[in-house]
Amino acid sequence: MAAIEILDLEKTYQVGFWHARPKLALRPLRLTIEEGEVFGFLGPNGAGKTTTLKLLMGLVYPTAGTARILGMAIDDPRVKAQIGFLPEQPYFYDYLTAQELLTYYAQLSGVPAKERSQRVTGILARFGLTDSARLQLRKFSKGMLQRLGLAQAILHDPKIVFLDEPMSGLDPMGRREVREMIQQMRNEGKTVFFSTHILSDAEALCDRVAIIHQGELRGVGAVAHLTSQAQQGRVEIIFCAPSVPQALASLGVEARLSGDMVNAVVEEDKQEAALEILRRERIRLISLTPVRSSLEEYYVQKLQPRGNGKGAGA
Amino acid sequence: MNSRIGYVAFNTFREAVRDRVLYNLIAFALLLSAAAVLVGEISIDIERLVVVNLGLTAVSLFGVVIAIFMGIGLVSKEIEKRTLYTVLARPVRRWEFVVGKFFGLTGTLVVNTFFMAIGVFLALLYVAHTFQKADLWVLLALYFIVLEFLIVCALALLFSSFSTPLMSAVFTFALFIIGSLADDLRGFARITHGTVGAFATAIAYLVPNFSALNIINQAAHGFAVPGRLILYDTLYALLYSAMAISGAVLIFQRRNLK
Repeated sequence: MAAIEILDLEKTYQVGFWHARPKLALRPLRLTIEEGEVFGFLGPNGAGKTTTLKLLMGLVYPTAGTARILGMAIDDPRVKAQIGFLPEQPYFYDYLTAQELLTYYAQLSGVPAKERSQRVTGILARFGLTDSARLQLRKFSKGMLQRLGLAQAILHDPKIVFLDEPMSGLDPMGRREVREMIQQMRNEGKTVFFSTHILSDAEALCDRVAIIHQGELRGVGAVAHLTSQAQQGRVEIIFCAPSVPQALASLGVEARLSGDMVNAVVEEDKQEAALEILRRERIRLISLTPVRSSLEEYYVQKLQPRGNGKGAGA
Repeated sequence: MNSRIGYVAFNTFREAVRDRVLYNLIAFALLLSAAAVLVGEISIDIERLVVVNLGLTAVSLFGVVIAIFMGIGLVSKEIEKRTLYTVLARPVRRWEFVVGKFFGLTGTLVVNTFFMAIGVFLALLYVAHTFQKADLWVLLALYFIVLEFLIVCALALLFSSFSTPLMSAVFTFALFIIGSLADDLRGFARITHGTVGAFATAIAYLVPNFSALNIINQAAHGFAVPGRLILYDTLYALLYSAMAISGAVLIFQRRNLK
């Protein structure tokens, strides 16, 4: 069974007070996320990522279309017990302590009274917040709040976790912590749907990604597939040599000398000729790998205006 | 009560306490102590009348101000600060959230009124040196004041579900003033005819009738209050606040939380 099925979900807001005019936030979106997947929802600011998440959470209502979570309609109250949500730049009741907030959320999520205290203590320890458990949230740093946000999202052991820009505004250590936590969720078999515009995080974490721009789905697929699809028909050769051999330079390679290592990029059809030169000059080959596009290149391609002719893949 | 409503209500109460809303009790205590000492010095035989009038009016005004200023932010503040998102992403229905907020606020006011009532009775004891049977009417007046709070809270919540805090405060306060003059408005409606008369009658019956809930003067003079009035006023306050809360739920249910 699919974890999330988005079936032509569409949202148009009315903007303006006296002369309300429609503003399209999300064009009909069709997407399926399988159970156990870590799915990245990528796009620039204002692309429609948060709108999609709010639609799935029932915080805004669709203009058209529907969605199903674990086979149930999104307005089915049983769905809410199976999902966790971290909003973008979360803000919690700052007059509460971390322990009180998590206890309150555990109560609302229907965690049985007998398990509540143990569950809260356990989750505080898991997210490194035990020492701050009795501290009011107004005294928390941004990183601590983000950890608390993740803690509240999985407090009730949901099957699916929705995270809206979970790394946004964090320092490198904070981002690393969040990445590790998402990895941990994957290891526990949870489905993770997260929106981001930090592509390196998506590339490192996601099984599949979708790219959305101006409310429109521009591409979707497995990260490995998308990056290999966009590869450029070139190979990278690394070998040991004090300088770039003259014969190799005449092949038109792009070479860079670093100490006694040479990093050369050559067209695939000239690969054999280049290797023959290295053999002939008895140069030690270190590695030969196809040049692959990064997710960033694929992302940039997908963000080009329609009809630009550069679109590739899915 | 549905347990989720109870949790939301308790959290609302806790917010009020931590935001030092109950600090108004200090101002109230100071006001009443000063009044009790002052009337003890200057008035002859009307100390009780002055203390009851002043005490109950202060209970009512302090409570209405709290009801309005807390009530107008109950929903809008949660939307603005986005604290609502992580609540509604849980198995909490929107109507449960609104009703929980209402109970939390009225619970805060009941606790506040309880402590103020103690203050009023202590002041009465100070000026009269003993309690009288007529003091029971003071208790009843306090009950009517709590009924008044129910309506004010419900109205503030209703306006808060679709309007900005400032406009909600203006609307609620305006309705409180008009409602306090409801008897006069009904009198005016009776003596006018035609379109103006129909309009005045409609307004007179639509606004909350706070003057029917004001028995401070009777309590101060120790006049008896008929049982029928207690029943009617209770039913009226419950129905009126239920209707306002239903309106708030209907509006909030349809609202996109942008």
